Amino acid sequence: MDFELTETEQAFREEVRNFLEEHLPPKDQRGPGFLGSWLEKVRERGWVGFSWPAEFGGSDGGLIEQAILKEEMALAKAPPLGSSFMGLAWVGPGIMRYGTQEQKQRFIPDILDSKVIWCTGYSEPNHGSDLAAIQCKAVKTVDHYLVNGQKIWTSGAPWAQWIILLVRTQFDVEVKHQGITCLLVPMDSPGIEVRPIENMAGDRHFAEIFFTDVKVPIENRLGEEGDGWQVTVSALANERSSIGEVTQMFETLDRLKTLVKQTTRQGKPASEDPLVLRRLAVFETRIAAMKYNGLRYLTRQIKGEPLSSETSVNKLLRASLEIEMADFAIELSGPAGLELRGSDHAVDGGSWAKSSLNWPNVVIGGGTPNIQRNIISERILGQPKD
Amino acid sequence: MNFGFSEEQNLLREQVLRLMHEHCPMPRVRELIASDNPFAAQLWQQMADLGWLGLITPQEYGGVGLKWVDVTVVLEETGRGLCPLPFASHLLATATVLRCGSPSQRSRWLPAMAAGHAVCTLALCDDGNWLHPDAVTLTGQRTTDGVRISGTKPLVGDAKACDYLIVALRIDGKLALAGVATDSVSLTAANGLDATKPAADVHFDNLLISDDDLLPLDDADFHYLCDLGAVITTAEMVGAAEAALQMTSEYAKERIQFGKPIGQYQGVKHRLADMFVDIESFKSLLYYAAWTVDDAPDELPKAISYAKGYAADAFAQVGIDAVGLHGAIGFTAEYDVQMYLKRSKWARPAYGDSDYHLERVATLGGM
Repeated sequence: MDFELTETEQAFREEVRNFLEEHLPPKDQRGPGFLGSWLEKVRERGWVGFSWPAEFGGSDGGLIEQAILKEEMALAKAPPLGSSFMGLAWVGPGIMRYGTQEQKQRFIPDILDSKVIWCTGYSEPNHGSDLAAIQCKAVKTVDHYLVNGQKIWTSGAPWAQWIILLVRTQFDVEVKHQGITCLLVPMDSPGIEVRPIENMAGDRHFAEIFFTDVKVPIENRLGEEGDGWQVTVSALANERSSIGEVTQMFETLDRLKTLVKQTTRQGKPASEDPLVLRRLAVFETRIAAMKYNGLRYLTRQIKGEPLSSETSVNKLLRASLEIEMADFAIELSGPAGLELRGSDHAVDGGSWAKSSLNWPNVVIGGGTPNIQRNIISERILGQPKD
Repeated sequence: MNFGFSEEQNLLREQVLRLMHEHCPMPRVRELIASDNPFAAQLWQQMADLGWLGLITPQEYGGVGLKWVDVTVVLEETGRGLCPLPFASHLLATATVLRCGSPSQRSRWLPAMAAGHAVCTLALCDDGNWLHPDAVTLTGQRTTDGVRISGTKPLVGDAKACDYLIVALRIDGKLALAGVATDSVSLTAANGLDATKPAADVHFDNLLISDDDLLPLDDADFHYLCDLGAVITTAEMVGAAEAALQMTSEYAKERIQFGKPIGQYQGVKHRLADMFVDIESFKSLLYYAAWTVDDAPDELPKAISYAKGYAADAFAQVGIDAVGLHGAIGFTAEYDVQMYLKRSKWARPAYGDSDYHLERVATLGGM
């Protein structure tokens, strides 16, 4: 065991730090043109799609360098490394693996250059966690698929230009995972209607999407017809290190500690209340567990040992922490803790109150906690499927 | 960066598993704990011959000179089978001599300890519920020929199996340690619910200790030894918790109720997953803590408080759920899973419960 970085890795960390010092101004000094030039600069450095193969415009970045990059970006509270989270996380890796030569040339550069924003059309009104049961239908004609149906909870749909869409091309199948096909569809196709849904935090970043006789050219199919489930699952299996999330959570914990030091409770300093301190310590211990779980799993990946579904462990730890830390801050602050941005009473600009309503973004998206428990129990412990 | 075990460490783990499987399987554990002293001289000698008893002892004192990460591997696997031999106690005693002993005391004691001839344990606190130097109250009176001790040290782990005890005491108000031969004191066996962790009250009747057998002890040593005790305890907890989960997981696949294996019901399946998450987590924290002992000692207090602070309550819940998910069979003396529940209850307060460790996490975290 050692936690030493090689000279090259250490130099890379320095490089990232120097870059951030030079090109990342404090939040209140970032002008309207900042984000665009930031995206250009990180692209020039090869840090967008850092782990992707060089032949597709990536940098072949190693696992440790990836973790360093994520950690430094999170420490500096830097903006994302690309405009399309879904494009970088799911669509790009899917196209690199299953796409035709033409698809690769057409889509990959635009994802890396932050020119196109993607969304992912997976969930349907009746099929969320049970994703393989989707019903959105595509009928193949001579030169295109005709899509009819509905998707829902699609993050980023109100502003995305493209959608990676799971459709059913065959209904008489023995198991529901068969007969699913993956299509790449422009969001301005005739017959697509996007209706944003307001979430409980008052944001409108997800939507339902209606497809009525939408024509999708056959060359926009990703992978073979009927292989859509495999294409999706392997994209979802493109698990990344959780180091960036852990860094963010340590930062949240620091803010929580600061809040505790500034807060009185029942007339006494909260920082002198052993129950308050115990709860902080429980958070810290669990975040530390995420850190060392992550490093243990990263080591296994570096050694070339395939992970089973161990990343679900950190997803579960994170899910409860996201909910509990924000709620604790509110509870600590009394009625003022509920005040949102703009209120004279708002605590830390209302950010805790907002977070207490925003957790489903990370807790439900990508698989609910109970789905993660199924995954651990079935795939790691070998329990029979439901 | 490599937060995993080396090839050699993996081989060591296999070696321990094999020996435990062959010479200390559960029927043998039960046989040993049914006797009045669960010590198996032949197995102990094998452990010595394989180098395990001197794993962290430097080569100049007859040991192997490895690190705490290596010995963690052994503790996990002896813990997995609830091996009742005093390996953990002996290890902490070894660490005590290394930390507090003079060069001549090290030369005198460590080779015999590594060779398995002198089985040792450390008796630290008189108030076992207080990890603080003030909890050492046994008193020695200085005389012309040495120090005389009268009184009782309560609940000393593995005392009966040991040839020597290293006993914390106060001489003229100052902390010290004394090396004591077990045959010079009298013991009253305790009756704890986990018979794989036997203890005894140690009675001193005006026992004379020569200066050669006294070791200095200061507050920093005291806390360091408590931290190592927590590392040792938590390492055994990792192995034991994994065994309890595995046993329960296998049972859930086979036990049919309402026409299905119970592992197919989410009420069971999800609890198993939560057990896995907790065990993985305190295992990672423990590995980090074990690494800090040799490679980042300043980090040890926080690291072990993370690990034990998490493990104490999590393993207790694993023990309860392992028995509970088995239903009535888990409640029977005959079935092994109950022995893990007992170990979880023993381990929970040992070298600090969650309240102690989490309070320290808060303090060390700037609160």
